[in-house]
Amino acid sequence: MSSLLPKPQLRGLLGKRLRFHVVGAFLFSTGSAAAYKFGVAEPRKRAYAEYYKNHDPIADFEALREAGVFESVKPKGK
Amino acid sequence: MCLPQMLSLPVLRAGFLTRRGVLGLATVRAAHSHGGHVAIQDDMSVPHYHDKRNYPLPDIPYRRDLGADEKALMEKQKGSWKELSNEEKVALYRIKFCQTYAEMNRPSNEWKTVLGFTFMFLGFTGLIVAWQRYYVMPDKPHTLSDEWKAKQLQRMLDMHVNPVEGLSSKWDYDKNEWKK
Repeated sequence: MSSLLPKPQLRGLLGKRLRFHVVGAFLFSTGSAAAYKFGVAEPRKRAYAEYYKNHDPIADFEALREAGVFESVKPKGK
Repeated sequence: MCLPQMLSLPVLRAGFLTRRGVLGLATVRAAHSHGGHVAIQDDMSVPHYHDKRNYPLPDIPYRRDLGADEKALMEKQKGSWKELSNEEKVALYRIKFCQTYAEMNRPSNEWKTVLGFTFMFLGFTGLIVAWQRYYVMPDKPHTLSDEWKAKQLQRMLDMHVNPVEGLSSKWDYDKNEWKK
């Protein structure tokens, strides 16, 4: 008789698989949510806050007017 | 070789159907002098031997007619198996089964053929597409000329398109150039 193989794991296979995948799924989903929040959402909120902190809409309008993109108002020169 | 092996490929997916003998095995032999081929079907009302990857128990043993030594071996195996040598155990296996799982699942070089033909056909398709692009397709619209695209970009910057994170945020309006 050749050497005996070790007895394989016969019980609890589904439970083990479920535990592994539940933990993994939880970590993956919370991880990706956190990555998105801190990689995309927060910088974007900051960018908008910065842009509008010292934003002058009248000056912005005048710049657009001078560039000639409006149809209702012409640049000041005309 | 296990003769039904090749023909059992479609059978592999319908293991339980085979055991009921629903699918027919057909061998083609030339039966008439004018070269006509008649398909002679095996008798599917009796069990057949198949090596299956997904089911380890064929319906019948591989070898039915045994020589004198093999018959003696079959008698010997009715006693204690500790008295069987390794060669005898292998011989008993080979009586019962045609291929081992290792032989059944042996790797082949088919992937090289598949990949090769795939790339050849992709290349040929590329040639067809290139010819088409040159001889069949009409001219590009005038809005795709470099001059028009430059004017389009200038107008987008004038309009302050996406000034927070997008296009205009990358443009330096004071120096009239892209931000570094």
